Amino acid sequence: MKGTKTYPKGGVHPPDSKSRSEHKALKNALIPQILTVPLAQHLGKPAEIAVQVGDEVREGTLLGKSSGFISAPVHSPVPGKVKEIRDVYLGNGLKSPAVIIEMEGEFDRSGKEQERHDWRGLSGEELLQLISESGIVGLGGATFPTHVKFSIPKGKKAELFVVNGVECEPYLTIDHRLMLEKTDELLEGVEIIQKIIQPERIAVGIEENKPDAIEVMEKRISERGMNIEVVPLELKYPQGDEKLLIKAITGQEVPSGGLPIDIGAVVSNAGTVYSIYEAVVFRKPLIERFVTVSGGAIKDPSNLKVRIGTSIGDLIEECGGFSEVPEKIVVGGPMTGTAVYDLDTPVIKGTSGVLALTSKEVKSSRRTACLSCGRCIEACPMGLNPTILFKLVDHLKYDESLDNGLMDCRECGSCGFVCPARIPLVQGFKLGKRMARKKKG
Amino acid sequence: MEEKQTRLVEAAPQIHHPDSTAKIMWTVSLCLAPAGIWGVYVFGIRVLAVLGVSILSAMLAEYGMARAAGRENPLGDGSAFLTGLLIGYNLPPAIPYHIPVLASLFAIVIVKWTFGGLGRNWMNPALAGRVFVFFSWTGEMTNWTMPRTMDAADTVSGASVLGFIKSGLIDYQGSARGPMEFLRGSGYPQSSADVRATEWLRGIFGEGVPGGYWDLFVGNVPGSLGEVSALLLLLGAAYLLYRKIITWEIPVSYLLSFSLLVWIFGGFDFNAGIFSGDVFFHLFSGGLILGAFYMATDMVTSPLSRRGMLIYGVGVGFFTFLIRIYGSFPEGVSLAIILMNIFVPMINRYSTRRIFGVAEEKGSSV
Repeated sequence: MKGTKTYPKGGVHPPDSKSRSEHKALKNALIPQILTVPLAQHLGKPAEIAVQVGDEVREGTLLGKSSGFISAPVHSPVPGKVKEIRDVYLGNGLKSPAVIIEMEGEFDRSGKEQERHDWRGLSGEELLQLISESGIVGLGGATFPTHVKFSIPKGKKAELFVVNGVECEPYLTIDHRLMLEKTDELLEGVEIIQKIIQPERIAVGIEENKPDAIEVMEKRISERGMNIEVVPLELKYPQGDEKLLIKAITGQEVPSGGLPIDIGAVVSNAGTVYSIYEAVVFRKPLIERFVTVSGGAIKDPSNLKVRIGTSIGDLIEECGGFSEVPEKIVVGGPMTGTAVYDLDTPVIKGTSGVLALTSKEVKSSRRTACLSCGRCIEACPMGLNPTILFKLVDHLKYDESLDNGLMDCRECGSCGFVCPARIPLVQGFKLGKRMARKKKG
Repeated sequence: MEEKQTRLVEAAPQIHHPDSTAKIMWTVSLCLAPAGIWGVYVFGIRVLAVLGVSILSAMLAEYGMARAAGRENPLGDGSAFLTGLLIGYNLPPAIPYHIPVLASLFAIVIVKWTFGGLGRNWMNPALAGRVFVFFSWTGEMTNWTMPRTMDAADTVSGASVLGFIKSGLIDYQGSARGPMEFLRGSGYPQSSADVRATEWLRGIFGEGVPGGYWDLFVGNVPGSLGEVSALLLLLGAAYLLYRKIITWEIPVSYLLSFSLLVWIFGGFDFNAGIFSGDVFFHLFSGGLILGAFYMATDMVTSPLSRRGMLIYGVGVGFFTFLIRIYGSFPEGVSLAIILMNIFVPMINRYSTRRIFGVAEEKGSSV
């Protein structure tokens, strides 16, 4: 497409593999009998347990309280009974206490006409409060609590708000479907956000492989008479990274170590905007999210609206099960997601996809020594030198690795994708960052 | 759900580019194959034996060193095969068999494994092996076989074109205005195909075109057994470029800088003055094409960044020119590449990039 924007250097072109599910309409997933709802589903402090074993809960009952400013509450996705509270492993490999709920009783919301609340009379603070109470976090995968992002620090101003509809991760198609099917809901969500952060300019970034979404969004925006700019973006991973998306749209760079708000920008994923709409208009906490179930080993790839706490095995089963033996099962997108072995792994707020990948798709091969081919340098959108950085981390030279921009790494996986030696570069950087932070105290 | 299966669990990213180390090495080897087959065709079946010996010794050495270092069998990654293949390609067809063995051993054991094996060596192993045996067995290393396609039935061995000119120019009093005229004037053999091709070229560029370019381009000349066919080497290189296994920076900057220098200064040897060097002759003679596309581009021993690659390529071009035109050796490619290998860490250190979100002055060293 002509006139598409992008960030200037680096990036990779993995096969986008979206055709499997991009034409499948969103639908509600079956609700399982047992749900596993972890308390650490977001960035920041885990929620504090608010129920006991044996408690009766309803749809939306608070299971975990927010335990600080950078934290988020967790709500019951179904009516039922608290069966157990125990530690579980999440898709991201971390352990978290979780509330196990056995579904029983009547739903308050599902299958019923939901009451619309008029929000236009509410103040920005009241709306922000609603978002905070609803447990909304960034649904693109980062799961940063949204009310924190929207609390603009003193002395700073939100000049630009960007709806991130890029969806640059291969396979994932939920944001695409949302923009097509829930256009008005999304735009009302934008209006809510507009009231909270009062930006001067609003843009929607969409990658050029979703021309129908670009068209529909543009059409509805002009029909509603909104002042929102749809920005078509070049198909290049990781175009949806916050910092790179801002760079593509404005040409400005978020300073190293800084946040988008430092240059007056706030970015929210399309799925998050939709959840904000539901939270404000229907007073519905974040108990469901959209998930793409796809991959070469899935019989019937789908885009599902899933209750938090549903196991990925249930979703795979609902999509017809495996068409062949998968080599890998991935929670999230293929570039940043985690490979899991346990089909009981629950869907949490940050779970954008469940993928069953065949060996043809994974293309794993034996790890060898670094060939110094330089492909990782070519691929890094942040101008880093992944091969040198990895060696520095590997040799425990944290100070030097910090001097070489370790903290600027976005963990997008572009370097690891192209590495012919299959060196776990991103894993090394994640470890390096943790060690460096630890050392700092 | 079916649970009895093994699942791969590794860190993100979960999908990879199809190129792996092994795939790269084997693809490069495959792209070299046509030129080797040409070598077998023009120099005889002995070429296969030489290649077999050099490859086998390289692989045995690699296997032995890996075992000694307590590592897994690395032969599947194709790197030892490629080193052995390149060593073979750099030897004269009539080379005694102990020389490829020693060249491969030197390359793998001394140059590659004393630094820790794959990826750790700073010098191109194949070239180091070649240079080692060149200086140790210079006679054998400059004993060339005439290709069967050349009409020189009476001569079995002879001098390479570059060697012939280098020694012929020492007390040259003749009137040739370039290397091709010199060769023809000295009665250097020529194939019948070249005679026809020259006729055709003269039809286009005028009567002044000396014969011999066709022979040089397709490989009807004596030389190392895999280096003579510029045409087939270029064909393989085109595929490597298309597959992005090599990038254009090194070969182009190498060939351009070399060509420029040859064009400017190459004519002096023949009293032809400035800006009259024979670029085509130098591009397609000796190991230049093999070196520029297959050896200077060795990932391990060339710079990391594109800008670094350009600097490196220009350096190799400069040294090749210097050694070939002014040095006492007829060739120059191997030594020039090895010389520039030395500069790679420095080039890497000074080709920095600006980190996203950081002011211009601070950058990461590449």
